[in-house]
Amino acid sequence: MDLALKDLGEYIADKLPEDVNGTTVILGELVVSVKAEGIARVMAFLRDDVNCRFKQLMDICGVDYPERIPRFEVVYNLLSLINNNRVRVKVETDEDTPVPTVTGVFSAADWWERETWDLFGIFFSGHTDLRRILTDYGFDGHPLRKDFPLTGYVEVRYDDELKRVVYEPVKLTQEFRSFDFLSPWEGVQGVLPGDEKAEDAEDENADGAVGEGDA
Amino acid sequence: MGVDTTSNSAKPVPTGPEQDVLLKRITGELHDKGFVVANIDKLANWARTGSLWPMTFGLACCAVEMIHAYMSRYDLDRFGVVPRPSPRQSDVIIVAGTLTNKMAPAFRKVYDQMAEPRYVISMGSCANGGGYYHYSYSVVRGCDRVVPVDVYVPGCPPTAEALIYGILQLKKKINRTGVLWR
Repeated sequence: MDLALKDLGEYIADKLPEDVNGTTVILGELVVSVKAEGIARVMAFLRDDVNCRFKQLMDICGVDYPERIPRFEVVYNLLSLINNNRVRVKVETDEDTPVPTVTGVFSAADWWERETWDLFGIFFSGHTDLRRILTDYGFDGHPLRKDFPLTGYVEVRYDDELKRVVYEPVKLTQEFRSFDFLSPWEGVQGVLPGDEKAEDAEDENADGAVGEGDA
Repeated sequence: MGVDTTSNSAKPVPTGPEQDVLLKRITGELHDKGFVVANIDKLANWARTGSLWPMTFGLACCAVEMIHAYMSRYDLDRFGVVPRPSPRQSDVIIVAGTLTNKMAPAFRKVYDQMAEPRYVISMGSCANGGGYYHYSYSVVRGCDRVVPVDVYVPGCPPTAEALIYGILQLKKKINRTGVLWR
């Protein structure tokens, strides 16, 4: 499976040498990293090429890596039902560099690019209707950026004198507290009282097995 | 004011000289003032509690528990609680779920469109005080920032039984404090 994916990656890189930066297979999944200006060409190729046929665009999302330059990545997930295969396409960008839209290739990209614009502030050039899609009307900032404050800038309240819902700067009676508890889903790494009993029992079993072997 | 019979204790006075004195006093007052205040507000409250029509306002997962309360197992129809699709027809609005900043003006508009007397049940942690999303950038920290709330139902989400208990508490509240005009 990994070999087939690797071959497919090399095939894609061969066919589009000036647009593809490189391909890797990570955890059994093919990742193609692409130059921003060639994204529409690559997507059209992946959709139409007879060996690819990634006809469905499953998702577009952004990723913010504050320590990197450029800081953002746009990730496109494609699915080929014909070949039972998936591919992930990545493009690097920053706040000011627009990424060409792929709505001309996949019409489904419309709302996802709006979402990525809304939450990360990544600009898609050529998009016909690049409005916010999830956050409030007149929202300030892009909330999935790592430097966006958790509680945002405004909160709402109904004003009985103005007879409408008003926006005010956030006033918290208690600040957000981040407790450094071990997540129960990550599993407790330390030794819990009582764990030594299980180890003792294992040792005894091992000794017994050795003894039987000797006999 | 006329003769106020509502403030009298509910205990009936047994026949005898004591009752005669009371009746004479009341008859005298009635003769003097000419009208009686009876318990029509109590009657109105009884009628109101018997047909509390809630506005359908499911916002998140709490809505599922609200639906459970409506469906055949608990069947809120038995209490005269029938979900309505229009605020003009509703007496109570059950805020079932997370109220976001974007939803708040729409929610207030729906509330404003309801006819008096109107009541609000806040269902679940998110509607009560923001709950899990209290520190979020997009969630109202309690729907009482937008409308006055009569009953808070705690839970995340509250069970269907808890919501029914909340509705029964609201009925009690209406019986206790309801007035004809407010």
